[in-house]
Amino acid sequence: MRSHFALLVLFSAFVSIVFAVLMRDEVKAQAAFGARLFGAFVVGAIVAGWLMLPFPW
Amino acid sequence: MRATTIDRAQGAHPLLVALAAWFVPGAGHLWTGQRSKGLIFLLVLPAMFATGLAIDGRIFPFEPQQPLVALAALADLGIGLPYFIARAMGAGAGAVLSVSYEHGNTFIIVAGLLNLLVACDAWDIAAGKK
Repeated sequence: MRSHFALLVLFSAFVSIVFAVLMRDEVKAQAAFGARLFGAFVVGAIVAGWLMLPFPW
Repeated sequence: MRATTIDRAQGAHPLLVALAAWFVPGAGHLWTGQRSKGLIFLLVLPAMFATGLAIDGRIFPFEPQQPLVALAALADLGIGLPYFIARAMGAGAGAVLSVSYEHGNTFIIVAGLLNLLVACDAWDIAAGKK
């Protein structure tokens, strides 16, 4: 797998799972927190990439 | 459930639990009775480390004259047993020309740091703070 986006999604999934399990005790709360975290990672990375687009270096 | 966790945690010294949690990802939570959390850590953290190796990441050497490399090496070591297995197998040489080299390094380093965080959590559980 060499797609930067796929690696971003995979990384976000790993980190979101660990933080959700670490910080929440109930399964439902873990799923909700993990999903929010995962979304924030992916959307945040896309927004940051888009903001950096005008810079040539 | 909570009483069981605390009862089990009281039987083990927090330092031993934290060391076990560092050496085998998830072992601290399994030891203190948090079986589902322990199993998830046991699966996810080594998988993240292995993914980093598979996409050409590097296990950094301890080079005190290069502080950032030494810090990366410490973070790599944070994953525990998978680190020693990878070193014994000769994995983690890294391929600096690979398009996913930096991604691999990030996966490996973050897996180690997350495992250290999990070990701290196991310490707190064993000490009765959680």
